[in-house]
Amino acid sequence: MRAYTFTQARSVREAHSRAGAHTAFLAGGTTLVDLMKLDVMAPAHVVDINGLPLRGVTLDRRGLHVGALERMSDVAANPTVRRHYPVIARALELSASAQLRNMASIGGNLLQRTRCGYFRDVATACNKREPGSGCSALTGWNRGHAILGTSDDCAATHPSDLAVALVVLGTDVHLASARGTRTVPLDGFYTLPGTTPHVENVLRPGELITGITVPRSAWAAHSTYLKIRDRQSYEFALASAAVALEMRGDTITKARIAVGGMGTRPWRLPAVERALTGHRATEATYEAAVRHAASGSKTLEHNAFKPALLRRTLVRALTALEEQR
Amino acid sequence: MNPDNDAGQGRSGVSRRGFLGAGAVAAAAAAPLMATVADASTAAEGEGLVTVRVTVNGDRHAMRVDPRGTLLDTLREKLELTGTKKGCDRGQCGACTVHVDGRRVLSCLTLAATTNGREVTTIEGLADGEQLHPMQQAFIDHDGFQCGFCTPGQIMSAVAMVDEGPARTDDEIRERMSGNICRCSAYPFIVDAVRDGQEAMR
Repeated sequence: MRAYTFTQARSVREAHSRAGAHTAFLAGGTTLVDLMKLDVMAPAHVVDINGLPLRGVTLDRRGLHVGALERMSDVAANPTVRRHYPVIARALELSASAQLRNMASIGGNLLQRTRCGYFRDVATACNKREPGSGCSALTGWNRGHAILGTSDDCAATHPSDLAVALVVLGTDVHLASARGTRTVPLDGFYTLPGTTPHVENVLRPGELITGITVPRSAWAAHSTYLKIRDRQSYEFALASAAVALEMRGDTITKARIAVGGMGTRPWRLPAVERALTGHRATEATYEAAVRHAASGSKTLEHNAFKPALLRRTLVRALTALEEQR
Repeated sequence: MNPDNDAGQGRSGVSRRGFLGAGAVAAAAAAPLMATVADASTAAEGEGLVTVRVTVNGDRHAMRVDPRGTLLDTLREKLELTGTKKGCDRGQCGACTVHVDGRRVLSCLTLAATTNGREVTTIEGLADGEQLHPMQQAFIDHDGFQCGFCTPGQIMSAVAMVDEGPARTDDEIRERMSGNICRCSAYPFIVDAVRDGQEAMR
């Protein structure tokens, strides 16, 4: 690991005052320490932010507020989250392992880096890690790679399960920098790779995620997360779906759908949502609605199975949700 | 450090660490391990060290550590608590699982510099004197291992799992223990051990 200076901040203001060029904020460390060992990330300064007061899980009229430093395991076990936002609890429980969930923070989870093997291997070309060096995945082993939102420079998937669930729920992300605070919708927080895959979100240098707010909604309580992977546990998603429905009797009055493992960022499917709305919750409705779920996708040599997997994952998630009622 | 607490110390009184350290072994298999030890000690002598006060298995330690040093390497190389194993060193195998403030975490992805003021428990801290922890006894009773390299991590993880809330089914044990990989694939006996260890802990 390369040398860095190490300091601990006790307030958001102190964290900003220590944040210069090439600074990384350290929370759970499950991404940063891993990638520093691999020399994929090499910050000159590491600022430990675990002493910051960015904690708490509270519910009020506006919605669910979660501090950025809350740990994944604590949020997953929180009774309020489990009752009002089951899709969040489920997405968290299906992520990583118990040890990693005890360590990893909510803010860090949203900022975790792709699991693309070429990104993680400094001996290979990767535009995300080293802009302009090329993309090894496009012509290499790309079974796990994205089919939505890709470019000629990058097809790396976003690995977070939580982000898929939060995008479905219309979550806001609260940011703070030395210049002030701002709030952005999580759906707009992530950027497409385009010709700049090293830019993954709208965070400005030195800016920090301080927390999230998940609005209250009728569909949030009727939601679930389904994750399809090569192993039964402790594996990233090959495909995943976060689904939330508002129902009147057997009729779907509102639908929110997003998928993981498919896109270069958490991927909403508004066309599927529209196709479900106003119809009875039956398998025939689901099958019809997901028919064009993967339209606009671009497959690579080894991931041509993903459009079909996407459709099946959606139908299974919707069916599972309906069975929970 | 009390050498009687060294997990590497077998009943024969010959510690594996002492055996390597004696310099009598020049076998190729030992070379990578020795190189790792040398690298870690060199790094720790660089500039910009930070002071950490941490309690490990009830003993308080004040140390100067390299900010790059992991809790895993610090436990093994500085405190000579070699029961915690270095498997993948990338947060993928669970062999390095320890408890920090009572929660199971991966010591290979925990920077020692972040453990100031914390309480760490390793496999060496589980037994009550000569009396093994019920989970340790259960792993022995069920032969819940083959090579044994993942075992300290498995046991630390299992103890924390029970503390988090009992597992009701074998499938739940498998899911909640999935962060601990056993490359010998002793999983059936590990599940048996965790089930009985959980019962004995109640």
